[in-house]
Amino acid sequence: MKVGLFVTCLVDLVRPNIGFAALKLLEDAGCTVVFPESQTCCGQPGYNSGAREISKVLARKVLAEFRDCDYVVAPSGSCSGQMKVHTVEDLFKGQPEQAEFVALAAKWFELSDFLANVLKVEIAPSTTSVVTYHDSCSGLRELNIKAQPRMLLSAAGATINEMTDCEKCCGFGGTFSVKLGDISTRMAENKCVNIAATDAKVLVGGDLGCLLNIEGRLRRNGDNTTKVYHFAEVIAGMAH
Amino acid sequence: MQVKSMHFKATSSMKLNDAVLQAAMKKTKGKFVDGRAAAVAEIDVWQDIRTHAASLRDRVINNLDAYLIEFERNATLRGAVVHWAETAEEANAIIVGIAQRNAAKIVTKSKSMVSEEISLNDALEAVGVEVVETDLGEYILQLAKEPPSHIVAPAVHKSKEQVADLFEAAHHRPRTLDIPSMTREAREVLRSKFLGADMGISGANFVIAETGTTLTVTNEGNADLVTTVPRIHCVVTGIEKVIPTLEDFATLIRLLPRSATGQNAANYLTLTTGLKQPGDLDGPEQMHIVLIDAGRTKLVGSDMKEMLRCIRCGACMNHCPVYQNVGGHAYGWVYPGPMGSVLTPTYVGIENAGDLPNAATFCGECQVVCPVKIPLPDLMRKWRERQFDQALRPFSERFSISVWNAFATRPALYAASTKIAARVASWWGGKDKLITWLPGLDGWTDGRDMPAPAGKTFRELYAGRLSQPTRSDRS
Repeated sequence: MKVGLFVTCLVDLVRPNIGFAALKLLEDAGCTVVFPESQTCCGQPGYNSGAREISKVLARKVLAEFRDCDYVVAPSGSCSGQMKVHTVEDLFKGQPEQAEFVALAAKWFELSDFLANVLKVEIAPSTTSVVTYHDSCSGLRELNIKAQPRMLLSAAGATINEMTDCEKCCGFGGTFSVKLGDISTRMAENKCVNIAATDAKVLVGGDLGCLLNIEGRLRRNGDNTTKVYHFAEVIAGMAH
Repeated sequence: MQVKSMHFKATSSMKLNDAVLQAAMKKTKGKFVDGRAAAVAEIDVWQDIRTHAASLRDRVINNLDAYLIEFERNATLRGAVVHWAETAEEANAIIVGIAQRNAAKIVTKSKSMVSEEISLNDALEAVGVEVVETDLGEYILQLAKEPPSHIVAPAVHKSKEQVADLFEAAHHRPRTLDIPSMTREAREVLRSKFLGADMGISGANFVIAETGTTLTVTNEGNADLVTTVPRIHCVVTGIEKVIPTLEDFATLIRLLPRSATGQNAANYLTLTTGLKQPGDLDGPEQMHIVLIDAGRTKLVGSDMKEMLRCIRCGACMNHCPVYQNVGGHAYGWVYPGPMGSVLTPTYVGIENAGDLPNAATFCGECQVVCPVKIPLPDLMRKWRERQFDQALRPFSERFSISVWNAFATRPALYAASTKIAARVASWWGGKDKLITWLPGLDGWTDGRDMPAPAGKTFRELYAGRLSQPTRSDRS
């Protein structure tokens, strides 16, 4: 089974450990993983900024890069939503290329969904942490990512202590976090308050953008102890 | 209503630090969000009703002219006069004309957002008519001389204490903070207005083509008094509010109160059909129905036509994390929250409301809760596309997106530049690995640190790993 890893631009630039955790999880499950090195960005920043045509160029680039893979897996619900939902239902809707994007969408999976529902992996216990989980919006509402990461984390030995409003947006929203920074910061602050109200010392999520946003607010508040990880790092035993 | 949407960014920052507003917004969450969830959970076919309602509304919008003409015919048969107004000015001129011809001195109003759109109160007051808002929230705001901040709960931003101050000043009675006493006080003051009014003005949640009925959903019953006591009843509403049949209303009313306030039924459904008949104890001698376009036909047949499905429940704003934090006034016009971020640019011009379609993280909650399945994030994105294409956003924003895309489409350049960026940013983060200030990204770093990159990109490390005989041998 040849699995293409779409590592995402943020993981590539900021937290490569998440990419290696995803790689380990997939390889441990017996997948042959390839990383097309020309990959850059799924096009979502342009798409959500109104640069529709440029986002189509990037979507076609991704399509070509993963054409010979049986599956494509990304440690992000946001980029996965872009490729599974928005290319098919909007960008290439009713156009000749739509069929190709339908095919890409069918083989494209967000990492936790792939591990839990396609590979049905058994995760070895590797932690005893008490964690709280932030549901990122695109994964949750576009791809129904909710139970999968929790199931994997529990299998890895983590105890999940749910925060109030775990499904509420953290305020990242890509360029929103810079364009309307004050509102974005307040939304991150609300998230920090809800995290602090649990007894978890670890925040786990599935999208690095949200995690950087929340971690950035935690640190600005002087909280240097709450740890922030992608679920892949936790379940691969690479949260360090 | 005066448009202030161009000040969204500055106003919203101010609202974030308005303690009274923030306290008020927190209180409403339980009622609107949790209440809706509970009311929706009572209906196991909720999603089917949404789907049906969306297609019903689409059918209306696609045949709007036919249904409006049917409505006009049936309303006229029952004695109403139907007026057509293309603009806000025309609508005001029609209504002011009705008031003047009938020498109306006091006008009572039940809540109408369309009347806020066209600034109807100002137009009537300019010719010496006393206008009295009778919805409690609208009445409070009339005393405060403020616009509504929510389409269903207009005074949601006000505290009990603020209302007590307003009542004390207007009613000249001892100040009280006991809410039942406050509402009784408002009822007593409003009672004489209800009975003394020459003309009642109501909005309409729907107008029904097959019967010529106009229909108002309230919790206070004030619409009953506005529509039946005065000798003239004037309905002011948008042309998109028409629905084909009473049966269709039965469908939509399952969605509306649940979505709006978490009620499984609203307290009052006021259906008004025609004039006072011989033997009737009450009812108007004249009924005027003013159907207003004011920008709506621009949406018919457009790529944003789904917006006309809207039944004004307010669920999108109740659930919007931006609205929840900044309140409705920040949006600067009649319609706040996601539905407003689509409608306001349409009605007042994108050049006056450029921040609104950008005031969203695209979290998608609005779309999930919308009872008529309006794809609100997609519609906001369409506005962003127009802004991008017409160069209506600040240069810095368009420039950064263009630069990003220029790099992202050139893998070798991208790899080389991210390799440098990862190192520079890592160094910039220092020993705490936190970037506290980044040129051009103060929007982020004003309120948050930026966790610094690890130092090498994934692709670099992956290439290094390939050159070593490690894990990749196993596959």
